[in-house]
Amino acid sequence: MTDTAIEADALAKRFGRLGRATWALRDCSFRLPAGRVCAVVGPNGAGKSTLLALAAGLTAPTGGTVTVLGTTPGAARARVGFVAQDKPLYPQLSIAETLRMGADLNPGHWDAAAAQRVVAGGDLDPKKRIRSLSGGQRTRVALALALGKRPELLLMDEPMADLDPLARHELMGVLMAQAAEHGTTIVMSSHVVAELEDSCDHLLLIGEGRVRLAGEIDELLEGHARVSAPAQSDLSPHTVIESRTTGRQVSALVRPVGTLRADWQGGTPSLEELVLSYLRNPEAPALTPAKSEEFSA
Amino acid sequence: MVEYRIDRHSGVATYVQIVQQTKQALRLGHLEPGDKLPTAREVVEATAINPNTVLKAYRELEREGLVEARRGLGTFVKRGLGTATADSPLPGELDTWVAKAREAGLDRDDVAALFTAVLEKHFLNQHSQGEPS
Repeated sequence: MTDTAIEADALAKRFGRLGRATWALRDCSFRLPAGRVCAVVGPNGAGKSTLLALAAGLTAPTGGTVTVLGTTPGAARARVGFVAQDKPLYPQLSIAETLRMGADLNPGHWDAAAAQRVVAGGDLDPKKRIRSLSGGQRTRVALALALGKRPELLLMDEPMADLDPLARHELMGVLMAQAAEHGTTIVMSSHVVAELEDSCDHLLLIGEGRVRLAGEIDELLEGHARVSAPAQSDLSPHTVIESRTTGRQVSALVRPVGTLRADWQGGTPSLEELVLSYLRNPEAPALTPAKSEEFSA
Repeated sequence: MVEYRIDRHSGVATYVQIVQQTKQALRLGHLEPGDKLPTAREVVEATAINPNTVLKAYRELEREGLVEARRGLGTFVKRGLGTATADSPLPGELDTWVAKAREAGLDRDDVAALFTAVLEKHFLNQHSQGEPS
């Protein structure tokens, strides 16, 4: 067992040929400790799916390295569950046959009861074919397959997108129970921050192919402050992420360096405020564990 | 047994909500010394919140001496809060008083304002313990 679930070092992925190539991900470095529930957040096209596919070993990096559960993504595959965004399943199989396939593909570590529970929660007829299921029902079967595998690391790309609010709450509960009982590391992407706020304790914010924020959500929030000060105030030496002047006041989101003037303090931002501030200001300096000396400065 | 209800829009941190609701259950006698709190697994399965949030709340309750964690068994109530348990006359007296206030034509806000004012008078400079330090 290793205490690190995923470690990326200068990870990069380029699509297309030289000359017309685009970088889906570049210079991506972070460490995700084991046992965390991590939200991978960012706008559409930011590189979230590429990052998850690299960690799942479905695609090879163009540069840098990614280590999963202490080994290469390929070698870790039996211990990793992956739910892709398009939920690839065999349309001609029934639900029961799909779960039987899961049992066959994972000899010795298939948790039939767990898989069954996830399917049963949706009142699905096991004899129904995958092709006749709705998007949300397919998500449920894909999740049952991934959980039945009893993975140490569960990677999910937009798992909640197709689900109705009731199913979303129920399945999020199932995932949290999995984390509580087995210490499973869970990584899930979404572009809806509010959806993940209560369930996740770790954040990876991706913007334009780069890591903008990485770390424990509590620490990230405490490492930032909302500031409200007279318009001409000099906010240095604090790192300003975003600032706006209205009339005689300037309101800003900063990473305090040293102590913040007491009369400026406007409290800790919410997760959504923090994420939006970084995404609105692509030039704001990133904050990842590699640069975390800023916290102690 | 206590069942936690998490209000995402209350502005109160989730772990604080668990602490407050546990204390409320202790005050009302719904939880008594020796009772077991739900396991982290049970709470997160029902509420879909992060397991660490539950553990953080239980640690806070433990720090305040209200509960104790027994390894491999769970978290148990160590002592109750207040004396307004079922065999005390106080809840009944308050009930009678509120019924009287209502008969006299006071609405919910009137009663709450009156109650808060009396509370302020008797517990001068003592703040609610809702928010753990």
